[in-house]
Amino acid sequence: MIRFDAVSKHFPDGTKAVDDLTFEAPTGQITVLVGPSGCGKTTSLRMINRMIEPTSGRIWIDDQDTSTMDATELRRGIGYVIQHAGLFPHRTIVANIATVPRLLGWDKRKAEIRALELLERVGLPASFAKRYPAQLSGGEQQRVGVARALAADPPVMLMDEPFSAVDPIVREQLQDEFLRLQGDLGKTIVFVTHDIDEAIKLGDRVAVLRAGGHLAQLADPAYLLAHPGDDFVADFVGKDRGYRALSFQASPHFSLTPERTVPLGATPSQAAGAARDGWILVADENLRPLGWIEPVRLTAPIEPGMLQRGGTVATVGGPLRNVLDAALSSPSRRGVIVDDQGAILGTIRAHEVLAEIEERARPELVPADECEDAPT
Amino acid sequence: MIWLRDHIGDVLGLTVQHTYLAGVPLILGLLIALPLGWLARRYKGLYPVLIIGTGLLYTIPSLALFIMLPLLLGNGVLNPTNVVIAMTIYTVALLVRTVADGLGSVPEAVNQSATAMGYKRGRRFISVELPLAVPVISAGLRVAAVSNVSIVSVAALIGVEQLGSLFTDGFNRAFMEPIIVGVIACVLLALVFDGAILGITRLATPWQRAGKAPS
Repeated sequence: MIRFDAVSKHFPDGTKAVDDLTFEAPTGQITVLVGPSGCGKTTSLRMINRMIEPTSGRIWIDDQDTSTMDATELRRGIGYVIQHAGLFPHRTIVANIATVPRLLGWDKRKAEIRALELLERVGLPASFAKRYPAQLSGGEQQRVGVARALAADPPVMLMDEPFSAVDPIVREQLQDEFLRLQGDLGKTIVFVTHDIDEAIKLGDRVAVLRAGGHLAQLADPAYLLAHPGDDFVADFVGKDRGYRALSFQASPHFSLTPERTVPLGATPSQAAGAARDGWILVADENLRPLGWIEPVRLTAPIEPGMLQRGGTVATVGGPLRNVLDAALSSPSRRGVIVDDQGAILGTIRAHEVLAEIEERARPELVPADECEDAPT
Repeated sequence: MIWLRDHIGDVLGLTVQHTYLAGVPLILGLLIALPLGWLARRYKGLYPVLIIGTGLLYTIPSLALFIMLPLLLGNGVLNPTNVVIAMTIYTVALLVRTVADGLGSVPEAVNQSATAMGYKRGRRFISVELPLAVPVISAGLRVAAVSNVSIVSVAALIGVEQLGSLFTDGFNRAFMEPIIVGVIACVLLALVFDGAILGITRLATPWQRAGKAPS
């Protein structure tokens, strides 16, 4: 657990980067600090490993006041990942990952074995070990950055916009893998981002900071979307928060409409015979959906290029948002639901999903004075 | 080339002497410039003082320095130590800025992450900042090396023997061959220095030659 106790940081020029900040980052969870630029989120993060010293207040890690600890020792026990990874350009990937173990005095071999283990853990091939950072793409460098932070198995990790400098597709992959990794490791993580979507996706708890380093609200993501504490938070979490909140609601066992399918190569008459409401779903031999097609437009056996692929596919039991999106995006208006193997179970229409949503209660509103800890 | 054939031993001796007088100051100068350059980076107020101060040293005419140093140090005029000290001063003058700029070329994110991982200041300097500053420092060192080989020859005027002595000798006797041999030897020596620095730099920076990621 990391605890901020009335922490302030005033710079010599008079700017207040952080003002009387009090909050806890619970053990084994991801606490995201999110806010616009100038809200003091990075300053707050850097005060934890004393890259920046607070002007007043105390920061505790478990029961230790960090200001009483040796700064170097403190830092070696905390993983740190930054934007652009900050890898050492002159060291090979394996040497980069082994940095903290080597600083801690591990022998070279042991540190290298550990580094290779982590390389695999973050999904990079062992052939990268002897390369230099410049030979890797931005996303790959960022993975190495995460591996380097994990090398000495620190209980606490600080992450400062680690995924914001890579393109959106890579960012999503990195986020998903990060969540999977955290599922195994259960580190106490403080994560800084300016991206509310990232905060909501990754955070067990989200602390929204406003300019001048004030804590505007601290809550779990679903609660934050349902009950923004004030206009600033409401504005910051965005206009489509009602829709996004569905990400945190598991879908029930909908009674699905069975859907007939045809394989690629089916003739126009086969497709027309199986179609319902003018549309037929095309699937592969494992019953995985490939796309929709309108048999009336067919003049030849079905080829991959003829398929309409606009529809998203939702996994059964997944978030309501995905189920609704499958229905909304489907060319046939029928949202495809698949099992864990990706095989078609049936379809559902948007009004059926909406009926379910209307049945549901919103997350309970907790009185403001209990907001600090209650909604976890 | 008859003269060269008869005096090859002398020329080689002078070349060794020249190498010593130009090379030792290069190493001493670098060792002095490293902490000064680090100070100039570390304390922003010191940067202009150190850079301008050491830069001014380079404007002192070499002949004046060769003559003044024995008086200041109480050494004999013919003592080669005077020349080594003078050349060290010139090397420092050229290298302080180079070292400071080399350290400045290290990306801030790299310094930050080194500190965050628990490098103490001194160890960070040795194992992160300095290796990354090598390409810039090396470029400055090559300039200093060539400059040293050239300036040292002036010391012949005060009687310290090295390749420059061939110029004074040839001039006194109105005889071209030693002068030409001296010029060629100086150029070759400068090329050897340059090649040596380049070679050491390449060995010290394998990461510079690694290819880029396909983008």
